[in-house]
Amino acid sequence: MSLRSPLGRVLGLGSAKGGSSHWYAQRVTAVALVLLGLWFFVSLASLEGSGLDAVRAWLSSPVSSVLAVLFVAVAAYHANLGLRVVVEDYVASKGTRVAVLVAVKFALVVAALVGVLSVLRIAFGAPA
Amino acid sequence: MAQPERPLSPFMHYRWQYTNTLSILHRITGVLLSACFFLLVYWLAAAASGPDSYAGAMRCLGSPVTQVVLFGGLLAFCYHLLNGVRHLFFDAGRGFELATARKSGWAVAIGAVAIALIAWAVLQSHFGALA
Repeated sequence: MSLRSPLGRVLGLGSAKGGSSHWYAQRVTAVALVLLGLWFFVSLASLEGSGLDAVRAWLSSPVSSVLAVLFVAVAAYHANLGLRVVVEDYVASKGTRVAVLVAVKFALVVAALVGVLSVLRIAFGAPA
Repeated sequence: MAQPERPLSPFMHYRWQYTNTLSILHRITGVLLSACFFLLVYWLAAAASGPDSYAGAMRCLGSPVTQVVLFGGLLAFCYHLLNGVRHLFFDAGRGFELATARKSGWAVAIGAVAIALIAWAVLQSHFGALA
């Protein structure tokens, strides 16, 4: 019999840390992405061809640029949440796991910033 | 230090059936969509950079190999979206009855393929050179 309390034995083990906020954020971003994803594909399908002018005209309108920025940012966030669970499930060694998680986060943050900056650059009038 | 005995994740010891298939497909499509996210960013960056970069990006995205990847991405998008909504219903405590879960599972699988094919055709005709 251990002298440690049941609570003391489980603290710091398992997912009893920030799990619920991760779970909740994943759901909230999922709902956002249903709307943003549908908007993105409907917008693509309603463009007049895939020429640069059509794409820039689309992303120049205030509503489209804001939604596109949100789509990129929320998609990156949701991808990070999801990939984190996958990596935690399948990468057993702790060192490798942390390294992969950090690499995934770095890659997604860089990609998200490039995507957001690109949309803003178009919105504020990219040079021809 | 010896690893303490930890509970195994369900996927480690459950019998294989349609539920596992749908669940693992959700993960696979999620990982695939994360990869496609980088293609989206590449396309946006090219559109922001100028006509030459954009033309180059569209050549790359229009190549047969990339087209197959993009169709896979669209299929993954449809599946992940539909099954994601299915999971949101599960989270709300609905749709757990075996018959309902089986039906919604089939609806997701068939719906994803059908919607992806229709969306691909629409994108091909309207968006031109995503094709």
